[in-house]
Amino acid sequence: MIKNISNLGDAAVYCDFGNEVNKTINSKVIKYFKTIKKNYIEGINNLTPSYNKLIISYDLKKTNFKEVKNFVENINPEDSIDINSKKLEIPVCCHENFSMDIKRLEEILKLSREKILEKFLNKDYFCYMTGFIAGMPFLGDLDENMRAQRLETPRVKVPKGSVAITEQFANIYTFESPGGWNILGNTPLDVFDSSKEDKPNVINPGDTVIFKEITLDQYKNFNE
Amino acid sequence: MSNNYIDIIRSGINTTFQDKGRDHLYHIGIPFSGAMDNRNYLIANKLVDNNLDAAVIEFAYQGPLVKYSGEKINIAITGDVIFSIKKKDTEIDGQCYQSYQIENGDEINIISTNKSVYGYLALGGQLDLKFQWNSCSINTKANIGSNNGKKLDEGQRINLKKINSNKNIKKTNYINTKIENIRVIKGTNFDYFSEEGKKIFYEKEFKVSKLSDRMGMRLEGPKIDNIVNTNIKSEGLIKGVIQVPADGNPIIMLSDHGTIGGYPKIGVVASVDYDRLVQMSPGSKIKFKEINLSDAETLFKLYEMETQNLLSQI
Repeated sequence: MIKNISNLGDAAVYCDFGNEVNKTINSKVIKYFKTIKKNYIEGINNLTPSYNKLIISYDLKKTNFKEVKNFVENINPEDSIDINSKKLEIPVCCHENFSMDIKRLEEILKLSREKILEKFLNKDYFCYMTGFIAGMPFLGDLDENMRAQRLETPRVKVPKGSVAITEQFANIYTFESPGGWNILGNTPLDVFDSSKEDKPNVINPGDTVIFKEITLDQYKNFNE
Repeated sequence: MSNNYIDIIRSGINTTFQDKGRDHLYHIGIPFSGAMDNRNYLIANKLVDNNLDAAVIEFAYQGPLVKYSGEKINIAITGDVIFSIKKKDTEIDGQCYQSYQIENGDEINIISTNKSVYGYLALGGQLDLKFQWNSCSINTKANIGSNNGKKLDEGQRINLKKINSNKNIKKTNYINTKIENIRVIKGTNFDYFSEEGKKIFYEKEFKVSKLSDRMGMRLEGPKIDNIVNTNIKSEGLIKGVIQVPADGNPIIMLSDHGTIGGYPKIGVVASVDYDRLVQMSPGSKIKFKEINLSDAETLFKLYEMETQNLLSQI
């Protein structure tokens, strides 16, 4: 299932599952990730699943490339349970206070605001991975005619909770951060909560997410 | 209430609590963090008889001015740091790599790091800090760790939960070696770059830019030309990865790096050179030298043995 295993520097193993981005390949990555997470050799200290790669980092004081590669080659992810995904509804307010890039998207996509939101909301998105910043989910796929490039000049500060799109993906800015994705709305839900150490992420790889629109009033009253 | 504490009179530019960092969290977007220069972090703790994974105060460039209140304790500063200790009647110029006994009312004034970036202040005892995921390391980007994930600020008080009983003065003759050549292992997207670009990467000099922090080090120099694609499908990163975005200027991922990135990886800094890499201040010249995996592993083993030797002699 892994097409190629190589080294990334001297402290990580780079597992390549292919170049395409789709659910089939990503599910394989997640299966490997979940299998290794349950049972790994001494020295492995991090796993980073992404669309079509899995990076396994290790402590060079305790193990090395050869040992970890050998371990990975002998894993049988088919034996493990399924990817065990959840279906989640995420409230999003698309009021003009929040939808900062709707005008830009109207121009690029040649679609009206109503059409853009209709195409974006109430649709299943698959969570391919989380990361870049803590808890940020990478969700896909958007319809072909909803795909826009990143802003030419990224914003220095994207507000926490921003729901944004680029290319075939949607994401949620789990806290204020720089970023260049096109912002459609904002969720009042804390998608990442560092005080919950065992489950800081609401959305995890393999989950399905649906964005449900809420009004500005509902948004304001959400955390009360 | 604790009877032993420090007050931060001046916070310095980028002063945080750091320890060995946190692992097993890349998949949710949380990097290792931890002390940037691991060797100097370990030596600082050893000099004051702390556990080697204890929390210390890490500072960059200008350090903090702190006032101590309580029973006598030992402190030590490591790195290449200019500092003084003000006692009741005297002020002494401090030396790195030796412990000092301080008492109620003494002030430690960390003026600056010298042609380097990070320094460490260890207090002989246990700081009263909040742990998140088994580490009190502050990640200011995600506001994770002790101090609500924020830099230390003037006016703050930090309590010590306990202080060490061993008050022997310890000393080591360590000298921070500076290097210009950073050894790298070929990255997974090395072939995305033109022959000329690859040559530039290994043969030309780069300069560390001012836009460098605990997340990453940006370099300036001749542009490295990409001939395949200036983006890759986003994938995991580790510390030491050298990414080259569309503008052709390399960025090296450091301890607080984003866990996922979409720029091609031209190389990865060998673990043996990481501690010395992070100490290169803006304006420093840097040159990359290619090594293979097996040499990198051997060199790291030797570096680690040297670290253990240093620690065992303290």
